[in-house]
Amino acid sequence: MAIAKKKVTKPIAKKSVVTTKKVSAQKTENPSSDDFWKYAPAPESKDHVTLKEKYDLYIGGKFVKPNSGKYYETINPASGEVIAKIADGNEKDIHLAVTAARKAYDQHWGKLPGKERAKYIFRIARMMQERAREFAVIETMNGGKPIRESRDIDIPLAANHFFYYAGWADKLDYAFPNAKPKSLGVAGQIIPWNFPLLMAAWKLAPALATGNTVVLKPAESTPLTALKLAELIHDAGVPEGVVNIVTGFGPAGASLVNHPGIDKIAFTGSTPVGKYIQKAIAGTPKKATLELGGKAAHIIFDDAPIDQAVEGIVNGIFFNQGHVCCAGSRLFIQENVAELVIRKLKQRMKTLIVGDPMDKNTDIGAINSKEQMDKINQYIKIGIKEGAEIYQPECALPAKGFFCKPTLFLHTSQSHRIVQEEIFGPVLAVQTFRTLEEVIEKANNIPYGLSAGVWTDKGSKIFNLTTQLRAGVVWANTYNKFDPASPFGGYKESGFGREGGLHGLYPYVSLQS
Amino acid sequence: MARLSIQKTYKIFIGGQFPRTESGRFYPVYNSGKELLANMCLSSRKDFRNAVVAARKAFGGWSSKSAFNRGQILYRIAEMMEGRKHQFIAEIMSQGSTQKQAEQEVQTAIDRCVYYCGWCDKYQQLFSAVNPVASAHFNFSVPEPTGVVSIIAPENTSLLGLVSVILPVIAGGNVCVVLASESKPLCSITLAEVLATSDLPGGVVNVLTGQLKELHTHMASHMDVNAVVYARENRTEIKAMAELCSLNVKRFFHWNHDWKLSSSENPYLILDLQEIKTTWHPIEKIGASGSGY
Repeated sequence: MAIAKKKVTKPIAKKSVVTTKKVSAQKTENPSSDDFWKYAPAPESKDHVTLKEKYDLYIGGKFVKPNSGKYYETINPASGEVIAKIADGNEKDIHLAVTAARKAYDQHWGKLPGKERAKYIFRIARMMQERAREFAVIETMNGGKPIRESRDIDIPLAANHFFYYAGWADKLDYAFPNAKPKSLGVAGQIIPWNFPLLMAAWKLAPALATGNTVVLKPAESTPLTALKLAELIHDAGVPEGVVNIVTGFGPAGASLVNHPGIDKIAFTGSTPVGKYIQKAIAGTPKKATLELGGKAAHIIFDDAPIDQAVEGIVNGIFFNQGHVCCAGSRLFIQENVAELVIRKLKQRMKTLIVGDPMDKNTDIGAINSKEQMDKINQYIKIGIKEGAEIYQPECALPAKGFFCKPTLFLHTSQSHRIVQEEIFGPVLAVQTFRTLEEVIEKANNIPYGLSAGVWTDKGSKIFNLTTQLRAGVVWANTYNKFDPASPFGGYKESGFGREGGLHGLYPYVSLQS
Repeated sequence: MARLSIQKTYKIFIGGQFPRTESGRFYPVYNSGKELLANMCLSSRKDFRNAVVAARKAFGGWSSKSAFNRGQILYRIAEMMEGRKHQFIAEIMSQGSTQKQAEQEVQTAIDRCVYYCGWCDKYQQLFSAVNPVASAHFNFSVPEPTGVVSIIAPENTSLLGLVSVILPVIAGGNVCVVLASESKPLCSITLAEVLATSDLPGGVVNVLTGQLKELHTHMASHMDVNAVVYARENRTEIKAMAELCSLNVKRFFHWNHDWKLSSSENPYLILDLQEIKTTWHPIEKIGASGSGY
């Protein structure tokens, strides 16, 4: 990831050097975009990728037609064009998938020695590395995220996640001191549209490593890489029924949650749906992992390395168009540096390239769906109506597809809806603060608790902050970093359970003392 | 002439104070010979809310005490319990146990306190990790307490079940509001008197007596409670409470152990009420990948 980041920042650093010189040498604090280097188009080729016209469900080791006989169209959000038809799975398909998963668990996978399970999962990881470019292109075509992110972050991390957990499969006895871990059985897993393949990896890898079988439901708007993963898992020779992938809409997900044959539900998505799931499984023996919404505080102190902090702010909120549950969407700047930080941030925002996600220079790609575009626009209207001052750099947006300019809201306060509610788009609400106590109180005064960021060069202050912030992931002098070995998950209404690292094993085992 | 003994008025325990219930209500508890043992407080929803306020207020102080200090305070609780041993035994016997059973229960309860005292500064090392991330970052994960916990103590014992569910919660730096056994409530208030004289800050443990059927929905729906521990066996209550927990994504745990067994004490109960926090920080100029800002 650091390598990926370097590729991102290097040309930009050059640019800003040029800019600063110009600014200090002469006039304005608002240099026009002519001041920056123009980039020639650098589109990634799609030639290498073949998509079928129609994709079926993957149940019991076979690609099968949906019970309803219906297919829906999945689009490229950057152009609006239909790229494939996807099986619309329903309750009956879910039932078949759960039955297949149960059979696989009882007859084979549940009894397979960890060493053998590990080898299957290692295979998945290696094959994903082999096909990384194909996966990256499809991820960008279907989800709208910049190819640079799919290529350097999503796909490598997904493969690494399988590789990491594969190695745990025969070492589980070392993970839980003085307790014998036992697999749960069949896990139902529901994943979101913002990191389609990566979330599938986060769900599948630990579940398989701990000896469970799985029914996975991808998000309706971004099913393609999960279906490609089904092909890969098939090619890898994973026994039939161990992984089942059922595409479809909300009702299919609800049938999975409510199916009596599952022992575990793992969900990543919005807090309202997470609450629905928690309620639906109340009183049943089903275990749950919920990775829900967030509204992270991103805190900049006056002694922070300001230029790096500005990069961190940009990465925090504009990474993946802000479709990130842990996005640094509430910025808190210490009052005495607020003007400087905001000026630099605005300048940096002017250099962001919004446009064709397939272009290797693009920083901000397409908004994932029309529905999400509408939601973001709605919040931008709310922000203006609430009296916050909006800033968007001048930049041309493509004529087709769903795009949103990077957006700042200045002079916001705790009670603003754009400060309290998760927008899930490239929209940053800025507040200022004077004292450490004040910013801790403001940062924690929210129902969410997924992540937070702190920028200061003073070590003791960092640890004071990271200890007091009620959030599951705290980035100090960095932001939006992920790794298979690093546990991820929230406090409070951001959910419970961890994904990644040793702690990511707990949600998939029961401990016998 | 025989001396007339002084009977104790059993109160409830909120924020380190001993009020009677704000509702003015009571319920009588009898021994097997139908003699009145006590007029216990029939705690109200308002008592519960007051207790949550006290608990939240105590959370910052308790969770930021040094782990070593928390251990010392738990040990102090054991010391105070030992001193009150005969009172606990008498209360348990008055509620229907034999002398032998009562002695066994009190001894196990005190020993359990010492057991969890020792965990206060050790579970962190067991459940933490330094994570070998691929980028140039120092990355570690540590457990932190979840916050305010509603506890429904077991019904069938007066003391052992109660301490067994309180201890793992507070050993981990959480604060709690606990509803004692309805039919065997006496030891809960005596335990509160122990806690009040054990250097445990007021509000860390709050003890209510009363009826679960009246309080369970409030204990699960309160928006400033972070988790619920339920240690009884009523499926209807479990479902109702677990459903209400979804209002603010409370963590819900059904602890159904035989608390007489030593296998029922383990650090995984502490872990239930912990959140794992992962912290990242760049390492300057490691290897080829450069700084990790």
